[in-house]
Amino acid sequence: MSGDFSRQLDDSNMRGGRSLWQKIHIDFTLFALLLLLIFCGLFVLYSASGQNMHMVTRQLVYFTIGLVIMLIIAQFNPRWFMMAAPWMYGVGIVALILVLVMGVGAKGAQRWLSIFGVFRFQPSEIMKLAVPMMLAWFMASKLLPPNIKTIAQALGLIFIPTLLVMRQPDLGTSLLIAASGLFVLLFAGLSWRWIALALMVVLAAAPAMWYGVMHDYQKQRVLTFMSPETDPLGSGWNIIQSKTAIGSGGIEGKGWQQGTQSQLEFLPERHTDFIIAVFAEEQGLIGVIMLLVLYLLIVMRGLYMASRARDSFSRLLGGSLIVTFFIYVFVNIGMVSGILPVVGVPLPLISYGGTSIVTLMAAFGVIMSVYTHRQI
Amino acid sequence: MSFALKDATQEKVIFARRAYLAAFCVIGLFVVLAWRMAFLQVTQHEVYASKSENNRVQLQPVAPIRGLIFDRNGILLAENLPSHSLTLVPERIDDIEQTLALIDTLVGLSDDEKASFNKRLKQWRRPYEAMTLKYRLSESNIAKLTVNGYFLPGVQVEAELVRHYPRGADFAHVLGYVGQMNEKEKKSLDAVQYKATRRIGKVGIERYYQSLLHGDVGYQKVETNAQGRILNVLERQSPKPGGNLTLSLDANLQRAAMKAFEGRRGSLVAIDPNTGGVLAMVSSPSFDPNEFVNGISYKSYNALRDSLDKPLFDRASRGQYPPGSTMKPFIGLGFLESGVTNWQEGVEDPGWYKLENDERIYRDWKRTGHGHSIDLRQAIIQSCDVYFYEMAFRTGIDKLHPFLSQFGFGQNTALDIGNALPALLPDRDWKKRHRQRSWYAGDTLNLGLGQGFMLVTPLQLATATSVFAAKGKWHRSRLVQFIGSEPLVEETRPEDVIINNPNDWDRMSRAMEGVISHYKGTARKLSENLSYRFAGKTGTAQVVGIKQHEEYDSEALLERQRDHALFVGFAPVETPEIAIAVVVENGESAGRTAGPIAKTVSDYYLASLKSKVANNEQ
Repeated sequence: MSGDFSRQLDDSNMRGGRSLWQKIHIDFTLFALLLLLIFCGLFVLYSASGQNMHMVTRQLVYFTIGLVIMLIIAQFNPRWFMMAAPWMYGVGIVALILVLVMGVGAKGAQRWLSIFGVFRFQPSEIMKLAVPMMLAWFMASKLLPPNIKTIAQALGLIFIPTLLVMRQPDLGTSLLIAASGLFVLLFAGLSWRWIALALMVVLAAAPAMWYGVMHDYQKQRVLTFMSPETDPLGSGWNIIQSKTAIGSGGIEGKGWQQGTQSQLEFLPERHTDFIIAVFAEEQGLIGVIMLLVLYLLIVMRGLYMASRARDSFSRLLGGSLIVTFFIYVFVNIGMVSGILPVVGVPLPLISYGGTSIVTLMAAFGVIMSVYTHRQI
Repeated sequence: MSFALKDATQEKVIFARRAYLAAFCVIGLFVVLAWRMAFLQVTQHEVYASKSENNRVQLQPVAPIRGLIFDRNGILLAENLPSHSLTLVPERIDDIEQTLALIDTLVGLSDDEKASFNKRLKQWRRPYEAMTLKYRLSESNIAKLTVNGYFLPGVQVEAELVRHYPRGADFAHVLGYVGQMNEKEKKSLDAVQYKATRRIGKVGIERYYQSLLHGDVGYQKVETNAQGRILNVLERQSPKPGGNLTLSLDANLQRAAMKAFEGRRGSLVAIDPNTGGVLAMVSSPSFDPNEFVNGISYKSYNALRDSLDKPLFDRASRGQYPPGSTMKPFIGLGFLESGVTNWQEGVEDPGWYKLENDERIYRDWKRTGHGHSIDLRQAIIQSCDVYFYEMAFRTGIDKLHPFLSQFGFGQNTALDIGNALPALLPDRDWKKRHRQRSWYAGDTLNLGLGQGFMLVTPLQLATATSVFAAKGKWHRSRLVQFIGSEPLVEETRPEDVIINNPNDWDRMSRAMEGVISHYKGTARKLSENLSYRFAGKTGTAQVVGIKQHEEYDSEALLERQRDHALFVGFAPVETPEIAIAVVVENGESAGRTAGPIAKTVSDYYLASLKSKVANNEQ
């Protein structure tokens, strides 16, 4: 059954015309799916921003930049990534330390690094690519499945950037960075005993996290998640309003630009983190299922492409990046629909914001690269 | 550690297995998301749909427009003017201090406004309820706030109709004023009717006719955004505006009376004896009721409250004074009615009076006495005290009290003046209950002169004079003439005063006319330039409360120990149109202070009646 599935995805690739797309190192199927998603995203954004054409135009510019970056990165042979991995990781770590020392902050968190006061960037975004690359490089150089020593070293490589990002503080991003590294370990064949043990350790460490590491605002988010009704006008407002938006959409939705929850501004952060609620309100369950299927196809295609890469490094890197992409989708929709606590994670390629788009498109460039540079 | 040792095929197989596993997990988690969405959008759709509808659509109460108040000639006394106020929703403001500072630089805030706002901010209130920071914004302030609206989230300029009293201080005590509803009032009022109402009548007519002036609340279904801003009115049931009131008061007469009081403390009440309608009701000094509508500043309020002149006190309906000799016409009728004397009997007045078995000497106000044979007519004209001592002693309290109470003394007989005091008409019972002593003959003598325990309000005195002028025909005093276009109905009224010999009304009236026209009359000064027949009676009342040996330093205190001057009167004698009672605090000589004020008012009113008749004839 699974064989059929991968063959189907492969077949669709054939139709795109092998020669031209192969030449520019782009997988047509993934590219088409991404364009479809981006196209949908712009429509949702137009409505969610309150018909703000300026915002849609800027988003379009971000996508253009993202697509160009994807195209450029896809041209590189995965060997280059392997060579660059330790350097990127090292530079990323230094940048993260610099952020803590001299970063630029907003709302009580220091996440930005200003270079010559002209250009600002978030080092944690680099780590979203650098950590899986570093881990893939490290694991590919070891015998697989990994032994205890390798696992311990790998965990160390994951732990350092995770801790640095957590100190900014940016709990959501730090967990996603950790996840992208851990996925490399999972794909490398981490034994089930270790996985079970790790799960138990996480459960046992939860209370320690609560009392030791987490900030008050983070605790508040978790408490709100447990019972948003306790503070309906304060921290529970977001989640109550987003659930109301989604639920009131029903099966068919209220129609594009017709969502009262979003158009009347009851829904906060409606063009960024909570944009799926706007989509669900206006397009209904039918639209949501179609969007989920689109995301599913992208993830499946990405997984297939990673599995067809030529070496362990490429496979582990591609696999980790595409599963991390999925985790973004899951955490965002899970949080907006109220099954996960509120962490600031945008909905990939739909939420408004340049940084997230550029990072994601770069990741897709890597996936394109590992698939198109295999020797056939 | 080298790549040669690695088994590439096995690694590929491991990855493939894990990739399949990942694919299954991904599919599984997507199913979880889809299931969650389906749960919200299908199973719980109804719940959230109604929640969303409630979010969007709100049923808002709409306050009715308060009824207007006119004087008898259609002059507007209370109106509603559009006013813009600045409101804040604290929940929507991140930094209140900063917002206040910005508003301060834009439009300027007084210390009072800031203090009052900060005080209310600390009190409990409904979340997301707008709080008013500043009232009566000028056009330029509205423009400044609108332009800077972007920097002031949660700040709005609201338009509302606000009560305004164009005649200001003239009617402050009669009309009263509206003010912000407090929590206690909110609880006592109909929660539905008053849902959108901010101000209610606090005193006077505004309070007495509150529910009538208020009207009925309306509703509108509106679509609002999350900031509570109304985007669309979907449905509307208009409020029913409050009823308009036409008063019997004459605004220009009131003005003339206020002017006549200029600089004096006291009160005047003028009543039309034919209807009981109050023509003028003055309490001096007064205050500007408009200051109270939007909440008076502490400083201004304290100044009013602590003023020695008590401008906030309504002397007309709540000021209690010993009536003094103004009671003599009523008491004189009582003597005749009880049969102890007649118009012919004369009494010798040596300047003092003494009861048998009593050492005490009761003095006449005129130390040398009024002469040998003072009859009732002369006793009224000259205000002879000895005559009244003698006759009061003969009549006794048991006959005097019921007769006087027929004129409304000791009761609040007014139809629509809710907080008027009943004052005091003492009898044996009262004295036993409140003084734990039995009634002495001396008490009757004092009562015979309108002194002692007896207290009246200017309103009572005017009402009694009005009933007298109408020859005993009762009309309860009322401020309102028409509610909308319906005349105010008087459902019950006291029984008319019927006397054995109705001619006595005329004879007593003529005796009172003599007070002004007779060369010995106590108010003979009023006869100058008098173009109609005016009947009146003067009175003085000793100021109680400050004893002989207390401080005399201050000029003001000294002035406040002088006697109160009183005057009652009506005119024209043949067909009375106006009955007046005047009290001038510490006015000493009724003939020189209270009398002229009454004459000014009477002159003004009768002249205006004459010109009205002339206009109608043309």
